[in-house]
Amino acid sequence: MERTTLDLWVGIFVVAGVAALTMLALKVGNLGTYNMSETYQVHAYFTNVGGLKPKASIKSAGVLVGRVTGIKLDTKLYEADVEMSLDKRYQFPKDTFAKILTSGLLGEQYIGLEPGGDSLMLKDGDQIKMTQSAVVLEDLIGKFIYNKATEPASTK
Amino acid sequence: MMSAFLEVIRVTGHRSINAVWRIGMASRFFFLTLVYSGNSFRRFHLIVKELFSTGVLSLIIIVVAGLFVGMVLGLQGYETLRRYGSESALGSMVALSLVRELGPVVAALLFASRAGSAMTAEIGLMKATEQISAMEMMAVNPIARIVAPRFWAGVISMPLLAALFSAVGVFGGYFVGVIQIGVDEGSFWSQMQAAVDFRDDIMNGVIKSVVFGTVVTIIALYEGYDAPPTAEGVSGATTRTVVTSSLAILMLDFVLTAIMFRGT
Repeated sequence: MERTTLDLWVGIFVVAGVAALTMLALKVGNLGTYNMSETYQVHAYFTNVGGLKPKASIKSAGVLVGRVTGIKLDTKLYEADVEMSLDKRYQFPKDTFAKILTSGLLGEQYIGLEPGGDSLMLKDGDQIKMTQSAVVLEDLIGKFIYNKATEPASTK
Repeated sequence: MMSAFLEVIRVTGHRSINAVWRIGMASRFFFLTLVYSGNSFRRFHLIVKELFSTGVLSLIIIVVAGLFVGMVLGLQGYETLRRYGSESALGSMVALSLVRELGPVVAALLFASRAGSAMTAEIGLMKATEQISAMEMMAVNPIARIVAPRFWAGVISMPLLAALFSAVGVFGGYFVGVIQIGVDEGSFWSQMQAAVDFRDDIMNGVIKSVVFGTVVTIIALYEGYDAPPTAEGVSGATTRTVVTSSLAILMLDFVLTAIMFRGT
């Protein structure tokens, strides 16, 4: 085959392959949608993190603002210490409320941030004081059954 | 009785020695290929020529196979996910299975049978027709001239083919899931983007395909270079290339998956 046609075909092949990789990165992967350039670290104590995992998303008003970077058990308090890295573009007041929420009935767990009214903002290394733990399904069912049992038998 | 027993032991020993010998020769061959690769990069048109026969000519089979694998994943995934009412996770299921496993593995299997067997047959025939000896007589190093360009062509084209396979497969899944069945398009793509991580999933898939490309190409080249210079020898070597490299791909895939995705 002619040298130039050969080069052309190989060029098409390489360009197609690189284009496929770029498409995978941007359209399939999360490289295009979310790119945290500069972050700051905060942490919070939860009595129970439930099924929260590292890399879980942190949302405020439904918008992704950061990721969970690490979860460990604090042996002084026996509470879970959750490390979060938040995007520098989003600043939160000191009295922000952190909740562990679930997307959908059986979906993944994430942290929802509800900003308070403080004029001071959270800085790198700060702690979020107000937290609400994950809802554990077994506890809920237990409470429900307990309530049912203590209800007066009024229907009879 | 005793002698029959001794014979069995002796055959086992012979086979083990042979196996170790072949692995050693293949490693030496791989090392020599790497040593003589410098020259082939200086004459890049040799690699380009091999890229055409390994990469461009494998395009059609890779694209068609990727499309159908993606479509089957879309159908089967939908049928299973529907039972749990989570059809919207179809996108992430299709994309993750393609990018992590099926893309690199199936593309490598196709590559082994399409390009690997061709390489073995070509080099085996060169050896049978004494072209390799002729080169040695002309003081041309056959490893630098024949083997190294083919090796690098295989290593370069494998990740590109695997990426194409995954990309086309995602579109196959999109076609069946969104256009045919009617899964919501927004949740298809957004769930996919939420689930697939660039470094953990896509780059690990690329690393896998580079490893598979290296292994398949070196097996194909070694089998060709080592083939007995007869018609029978070449046909046996071609068969061995496909069998050995397919098994190597599947075993290595398990090892790599265990290293990459453990605990996540």
